[in-house]
Amino acid sequence: MLEQIIHSVNLLKPETTLAITFCVLLVVDLIVKKRGSETAWLALIGLAITGFFLMQEPAAGTNSIFFNMFAVDAFSIFFKFIILASTVMIVLFSLQSNELKTKRRALGEYYALLISLTLGMFLMTGASNLLMMYLSLELTSISSYILAGYTKDADDSSEASLKYVIYGAVSSGLMLYGISILYGLTGAIDIYGINKTLMMGDVNMVAVVIAGILIVAGFGYKISAAPFHFWTPDVYEGAPITITALLSVASKAAGFAMMIRFFKVSFLDPTVGNLSFGSWALFRGFEWNQILAMISVLTMTLGNLVAIWQDNLKRLLAYSSIAHAGYMLLGVVVLSNEGVAAVLIYFVVYFFMNLGAFYTVMLVANKTGSEDIKEYKGLGYRSPLVSVALTVFLLSLTGVPPTAGFVGKLYIFAALINAKWFWLAIAGALNSVVSLYYYVRVLRNMFLRPADPSAQPISFSVPQIVILLILVIPTILLGLYFGPLVEYAQASISMFGVH
Amino acid sequence: MSGIPLNYFVFLSAILFTIGVVGVLTRRNAIIVFMCIELMLNSVNLSLVAFSAFHGNTRGQILVFFVMAVAAAEAAVGLAIIIALFRNKQTVNIDEINIMKW
Repeated sequence: MLEQIIHSVNLLKPETTLAITFCVLLVVDLIVKKRGSETAWLALIGLAITGFFLMQEPAAGTNSIFFNMFAVDAFSIFFKFIILASTVMIVLFSLQSNELKTKRRALGEYYALLISLTLGMFLMTGASNLLMMYLSLELTSISSYILAGYTKDADDSSEASLKYVIYGAVSSGLMLYGISILYGLTGAIDIYGINKTLMMGDVNMVAVVIAGILIVAGFGYKISAAPFHFWTPDVYEGAPITITALLSVASKAAGFAMMIRFFKVSFLDPTVGNLSFGSWALFRGFEWNQILAMISVLTMTLGNLVAIWQDNLKRLLAYSSIAHAGYMLLGVVVLSNEGVAAVLIYFVVYFFMNLGAFYTVMLVANKTGSEDIKEYKGLGYRSPLVSVALTVFLLSLTGVPPTAGFVGKLYIFAALINAKWFWLAIAGALNSVVSLYYYVRVLRNMFLRPADPSAQPISFSVPQIVILLILVIPTILLGLYFGPLVEYAQASISMFGVH
Repeated sequence: MSGIPLNYFVFLSAILFTIGVVGVLTRRNAIIVFMCIELMLNSVNLSLVAFSAFHGNTRGQILVFFVMAVAAAEAAVGLAIIIALFRNKQTVNIDEINIMKW
C-alpha cells in the first residue's frame, strides 16, 4: 500500500509541479502589485521544471499508478509533450498579445488558469478510471470557460464563454449519464475492470451501446466532432486568440488521448488473436468504428463546407479545426496501432501549423485591430515575411506536398487503405480539395489584391519574428524529413494494460 | 433498498434526465437552463446511488460526491459568466445573445 503510493507520487512529478506552479502564481499575483509580466516568466519557469520531470518519465516504462486511477505510459507521455509545448507557446504568444492588454487587467490569474488548464489536460491523457476521466475533463473545461471569457468587457468574449459553459455542462451531463449506465452494468469504474466484466459476457448489449454513445458525447465535445461541435466556432471567435489557439491544439489532443485509451482498453477483446498485425478486435463484434466513421465524415464535411462562407479568419480557422478533428478521427476508425501512430504524427504536425496560423492572425490583428479577411488585402506587400509564413501554414493545413501537413495526411490515409476503408479515404481526399478553396481565398487576398493606398508597411519586433520562425521552419522541415518523427510516434503507442 | 426494485430508480432517473435535457433545449432564460443542467446531474446521482446499492460496492457513491462538488464549481463559474454577460447586454435571454451566428 505505502510502496504503491510512494511509487505513484514519484511518477506524478510533472503534475505535482504544475499544481505547485498554480498556487505560487496565485500568491505572487496577490503580493506583487506592479502589473508587469513577472507572472508569465514564473509560469514559464514552472513549465520548464515540468518538462524536465516529464523527460525523466519514459525511463520508468509503462505504469499504472494510484490503484489504476492513472496510467503513465509512452502514449500519455507523448501527448503530455504536445500539451506542454503548446502551453509554452501560448504563454509566449500572450506576452505579445495586445488584446489581453487593452484594459489594465490582472494577468496573474490568466497565467494561473493556463497552468490549471494544462494540469487538467495532463490528467486527461492518462486517466484510466471513469472518475478520473470526469474530474480531469471538468478541470480542463472549467479553466477554459473562465479563460474564454477573460476579456469579459468585450461582448463577444462573454457571449462565447456563456455558450461554452452551457454546451460543456450539457455534454458532461450526457457523459456522466453514460458513465452511470456503464457502472450499473459492470459494477466497476476503472476501465480495466469494465473490460474484464464485459468480457465475461452476460451484459445487455443495447445498454452498452447507449452508454458508449453517451460517453462519446463527452469526448466529441472536447475534440469538437460533428453533432457536438456547435460551441466551437462561437467560442473560437469570441475568446482571446491565445486561448483559441490553445483550445484548438492542446485540449483537442487531450480529448483524443482520453478517447483512444477508453475505446482501446475497455472495449478491446484480448482473447481474439490476430493481434500480430497490430489491429484490435472489439468485443462481441459490435462495430464501434462504424459509428466513429460516420461521425468523422460528418465532422470533416461540415467543417469544410461551412468554412467556405466565413469572412472572419479566426472563425474560418475554427471550422478548419473542426474539419481536422474529422481527419484525425479517421485514424481512430481503423482500430489499429498503425492508425493511432498516424494520429500521433498528425498531432505533432498540427501543433506547428495550427499554432502558427493563429499566431500570424494574432500578429496581424495586433496591428490592424481586426481579423476580417478583407484586412488581409495586399498584406503580401505590406509585410512579406508574415504573409509568406501564413501561406506556408495554410498550405500545410490543406496538405500540399512539400509541407508537414502532407505527411500527417499521408499516414492517416495509408492506415485507412491498409485497413481497406477505401470509401473513407476517398471522402477524406475530397474534403482536402474543398479545404483548398477557402484557404486559397486568404492567399488571393494577400497577394493578388492591391492594398489600400493609405496602408503602410507593417513591421514586427525581433522576438515576434523568432517565434514565427520556430513555427514555420518545422512546418517545412517535417514535410521533407520525417523519419525520426514517425519512429518516435510508432514507439509511443504502447499503453498500460493492452498489447 | 428495502423492497423497492432497482427498476424504479432507473426509470425515475431516466425521466428526470429527460426533463433536464428537454428543459435545456426549450427554455430561453440562461438561469433556468442552468437549473435544468443541475437536474440532469442530479438524475445521474440518483442512478449512481441506486446502482451502488445494487452492486453492494461504494464506487458509485464516491462518484456522486465528486459530481456534487464539481457541479457546484461549474454553477459558480456559470453564474459568474452570466453576471459578466448581463453587465454587457442587460439580458439573460439566450435568444438575444446572438452576435455570433454560423
